[in-house]
Amino acid sequence: MALVTNVTSLTRSGLADFLIQRITAVVLALYTLCVLGFLLVTDNLSHAALVDYFGSMGMRLFSTMAVLSTAAHAWIGMWTVGTDYIRPHYFGTGATVFRFVYQSGCVLILFVYVAWALQLFWSL
Amino acid sequence: MQVSVYRYNPDVDEVPQMRDMSVDLPEGKDLMVLDVLELLKGQDPTLSYRRSCREGVCGSDGINMNGKNGLACITPVSEVVKRGKLVLRPLPGLPVVRDLVVDMTQFYRQFEKVQPYLINDQPPPAQERLQSPEQRAELDGLYECILCACCSTACPSFWWNPDKFIGPAGLLQAYRFLADSRDSATAERLSKLDDPFSVFRCRGIMNCVSVCPKGLNPTRAIGKIRSMLLHQGT
Repeated sequence: MALVTNVTSLTRSGLADFLIQRITAVVLALYTLCVLGFLLVTDNLSHAALVDYFGSMGMRLFSTMAVLSTAAHAWIGMWTVGTDYIRPHYFGTGATVFRFVYQSGCVLILFVYVAWALQLFWSL
Repeated sequence: MQVSVYRYNPDVDEVPQMRDMSVDLPEGKDLMVLDVLELLKGQDPTLSYRRSCREGVCGSDGINMNGKNGLACITPVSEVVKRGKLVLRPLPGLPVVRDLVVDMTQFYRQFEKVQPYLINDQPPPAQERLQSPEQRAELDGLYECILCACCSTACPSFWWNPDKFIGPAGLLQAYRFLADSRDSATAERLSKLDDPFSVFRCRGIMNCVSVCPKGLNPTRAIGKIRSMLLHQGT
């Protein structure tokens, strides 16, 4: 059994969180290169060209993977920042309540972001 | 030379304060910081600090000198003094007992968690458990740690989570027993370390390597533990 248990980390495993954060970083780097490449090589950048590019099945899947990677990557990062800094040493007895509100806020923002992005990508 | 020393006596002082003192250094001789502390104690016998072997072996006199942790007994004044001033503080991140003396309970508690002793469920042989020279060489750079706490108290992750993150000193010892061919509890040791805090709160900033007075590399040991966890977990 692990020395420290923590129910609000993404997977409860340090190794799994560590790997997920790095794999999602690679996905996001590749997605950024893909989008930047498209913007650089497209001469006549119009709404129609953007819809055509992002509406293809390949880009829809890649965009979905990127937005899910963003959510997982951001949650692990924000959870780490929260558990580093929102502690009784700085916030007294209210630290646990503050951390719970902070984590809930992060989850809500990421959920809205993922739902909105999926709705955008799959309605093109 | 001007010396600014952290002073705090919880029985008397409401808050800690930095007190300026001055010492006359002998001409043509580079003293160690511990020698300066001894001169200061001659002026003010109430100044408190830990010391023992005065040759970098016991690890008692770990303090923060001009912003960098180290052992006072093997740190020359010329190496740390800035603009003619020496600033001495206790090791950061641990509760201060008095002046430069810190309470190391939290540090030792983390050390204890990694079970820093050989575990082997096989009956011991008549004489000793043998190792090849190569197996013994795996322990070089690991067994030399003197538990002075300079590394762990230079680590922000240990400052933020001293109750959950084992810290560089403890993790160096964790790997010392993971790497030991005579230890048979590798899987059990690794399974205890696979949580989001114990090992993985290390962000690899290498403050530990920068301050270690014995020239050890806890960051490399932490990387090896991560690799072992990866091999075990995938």
